[in-house]
Amino acid sequence: MIPCIAMSIFSEVPQAPPVAVFKLTADFREDSHPQKVNLGVGAYRTDDSQPWVLPVVKKVERLIVEDSSLNHEYLPILGLPEFRSAASKVALGEDSAAIKDNRVGGVQALGGTGALRIGAEFLRRWYNGVNNTATPVYVSAPTWENHNAVFADAGFKDIRPYHYWDAAKRGLDLSGFLDDLEKAPEHSIFVLHACAHNPTGTDPSQDEWKKIAEIMKRRNLFVFFDSAYQGFASGSLEKDAWAIRFFVSEGFELLVAQSFSKNFGLYNERVGNLTVVARDNENLTRILSQMEKIVRTTWSNPPSQGARIVGKTLNCPELFAEWKDNVKTMADRVLLMRDQLKAKLQALGTPGTWDHITQQIGMFSFTGLNPKQVEFMIKEKHVYLMASGRINMCGLTTKNIDYVAQSIHEAVTKVQ
Amino acid sequence: MALLKSNKVLYCLGNVSPSLGVLSSRNSSWWGGVQMGPPDPILGVTEAFKRDTNPKKMNLGVGAYRDDQGKPYVLNCVRKAEAVIAEKKLDKEYLPIGGLGEFAKACAQLALGADNEVLKSGRNITVQTISGTGSLRIGANFLSRFHGGPRDVYLPKPSWGNHTPIFRDAGMQLKAYRYYDPSTCGFDFKGALEDISKIPEQSVIVLHACAHNPTGVDPRPEQWKEISDLVKKRNLLVFFDMAYQGFASGDIDRDAWAVRHFIEQGHNIVLSQSFAKNMGLYGERVGGFTVVCKDAEEAKRVESQLKILIRPIYSNPPMNGARIATTILNTPELRAMWLEEVHGMANRIIKMREQLVAGLKKEGSSHNWQHVIDQIGMFCFTGLKPEQVERLTKEFSVYMTKDGRISMAGVSSGNVGYLAHGIHAVTK
Repeated sequence: MIPCIAMSIFSEVPQAPPVAVFKLTADFREDSHPQKVNLGVGAYRTDDSQPWVLPVVKKVERLIVEDSSLNHEYLPILGLPEFRSAASKVALGEDSAAIKDNRVGGVQALGGTGALRIGAEFLRRWYNGVNNTATPVYVSAPTWENHNAVFADAGFKDIRPYHYWDAAKRGLDLSGFLDDLEKAPEHSIFVLHACAHNPTGTDPSQDEWKKIAEIMKRRNLFVFFDSAYQGFASGSLEKDAWAIRFFVSEGFELLVAQSFSKNFGLYNERVGNLTVVARDNENLTRILSQMEKIVRTTWSNPPSQGARIVGKTLNCPELFAEWKDNVKTMADRVLLMRDQLKAKLQALGTPGTWDHITQQIGMFSFTGLNPKQVEFMIKEKHVYLMASGRINMCGLTTKNIDYVAQSIHEAVTKVQ
Repeated sequence: MALLKSNKVLYCLGNVSPSLGVLSSRNSSWWGGVQMGPPDPILGVTEAFKRDTNPKKMNLGVGAYRDDQGKPYVLNCVRKAEAVIAEKKLDKEYLPIGGLGEFAKACAQLALGADNEVLKSGRNITVQTISGTGSLRIGANFLSRFHGGPRDVYLPKPSWGNHTPIFRDAGMQLKAYRYYDPSTCGFDFKGALEDISKIPEQSVIVLHACAHNPTGVDPRPEQWKEISDLVKKRNLLVFFDMAYQGFASGDIDRDAWAVRHFIEQGHNIVLSQSFAKNMGLYGERVGGFTVVCKDAEEAKRVESQLKILIRPIYSNPPMNGARIATTILNTPELRAMWLEEVHGMANRIIKMREQLVAGLKKEGSSHNWQHVIDQIGMFCFTGLKPEQVERLTKEFSVYMTKDGRISMAGVSSGNVGYLAHGIHAVTK
């Protein structure tokens, strides 16, 4: 073999840091400690610490396999029509006036990430002028770590935090949040977590959402909802979609990035939907035509399997009911673990207040542990959690909760 | 509250923000300025076809294989693989960002050959991607971010329509080198060499590994050799697009010959692969992206950066199709079945080419249609002019793209005579 060029074109490519949450799982896997616990990556686990393929998913997969009329042909660019409409309906509600007005559309995407990215690319091209990369994008402090990169890689140059988590009181910093809304340049984009805020598990109350909406409307701020946990948070689809539906009823044109990774347990099939709520059908049509162009140069058309499973389930009343039941099973186990963790910490007399464990909602809890305490948890106790103090409640089971509570107790009492 | 002090608070009136230039009000929309996007030329053909009520209509637009009854074909090896997978009762946990490891390995082996030195030394990084498009886009993004050379990407003229917007959206600039010779409906070898010899050093050159889309015109091996030498001389970065391995000649090794030759000659290529056509896994979105690096250490660095690129697009790829492809490639009986089926698909296409030419002769056409047989793969560049294409569509309900490209997969023994008749009618 004759080397083509002496120097490689890629000799200057620097080693990138690993994505933290996946590195955590990798480290966990290598750990041989018998009592190790993984409270890192956000995927549901049963009380036996096993992944859970939803019974309704197994049933629908069998139906799909047995249906010899199905093939592997390309989906349309925007995705499977029956999936898109059903997915948007799940977010906006059966009796959504906006859907009846024909001003709601969906773009099937690769998971919630894909939906966010297509939405971000669209906004960068067409929102607030044409190709206005200077429009500020606000993400909560803290937020899901990938939000920043999604909007930055879509071309936005100005990504800023808005106040959200109050570390001192371990709750929502409402006044900071509202202040940021008042001060943000008009037309700024705000990424709002529809429910089960990641990573804090802290959601605004309905009254607080109303205050947020009032300012956003008055100041012409753009609403981009990230909805990755509908049903998973409270166990009720309606309750978890309240904020989205409220904003729609207030007349906002908005985007909702939906993920079916968690609430359908379909993590690796990449099932997501970008719901577009426009002023009217004419606007919607133009918007979707531009979404198509973006999709075409990103992945051409989306994967079929996951959308078929979700589409079939949502469109069949019996399967839909069964799904809601499966979702409630997951949500209830998480709620139980929250109750038990708080009770055990209180019983141990662990310093501090632990009400936030049951006040927070969804998969994650912001424990309030500081980086040193987190390091202690990982290194000394082999309990893996994110440096931010975020734990995945799904990693807790009746079998390990005592050990985890004890570990937290030690971390808080021994490490400052 | 601070907001009351602002005199910019307007409730029911329009508000123009001077620096950001947008008109918005309660009654208007954010999206007034959004233009209607043009219909996708290729997929648009299928949409027009669907609306046509002529029972003799033919869809020769989008490149998806059809059997001799004009039906989509789910490969037997795919059905068998699906059954095997269903038995395993696997979970649905996230794949790594770079996808299913076994898939990436099998994918690279298929392209490069299992005993390729590149694989042995671990100096390639291969990631699972969202079929060919996803692979090209990741590659384009990677080059845009890390390639120190010119921003220019040289495409053959013509190339697949989606190449241009993919590279453009990734921030690259597009240029072209001569490729198709309309006077012969064949390869403009001289023109290609002339143009390539002028490409500035370190520019990116896109080469279709086999079954060129849209023309079906491939260089012969001796021509590939000269292209390789010239590209080496010009110090260009080679980006191979291989969407039809196995589908072109029916032989996977033969179709990968150019890719393997270039690597053997020392080009550290980047490569996009698709399993949409050769495994019929279109909607499952199965593909791979490979960077051949200097050594394993560089491959690790490149891998880390690919992950950083992928994560904010879709986090990690879909499992289903990759699982099917891996099962087929790694299970000897299924792999053998697959090779036979891919051979079968390629053969049917070749037969249709022969029958079309025979049909045209029978119709009494005086034109030279040899190129229909010489071209290879799913597509045929008929040489029809736009006006002739329009007539073929309007008068005969034969749907194809304006450039005269037909998808041979849409031709069957049942309609090849009708097609010959129509083509003769508009060209005589």
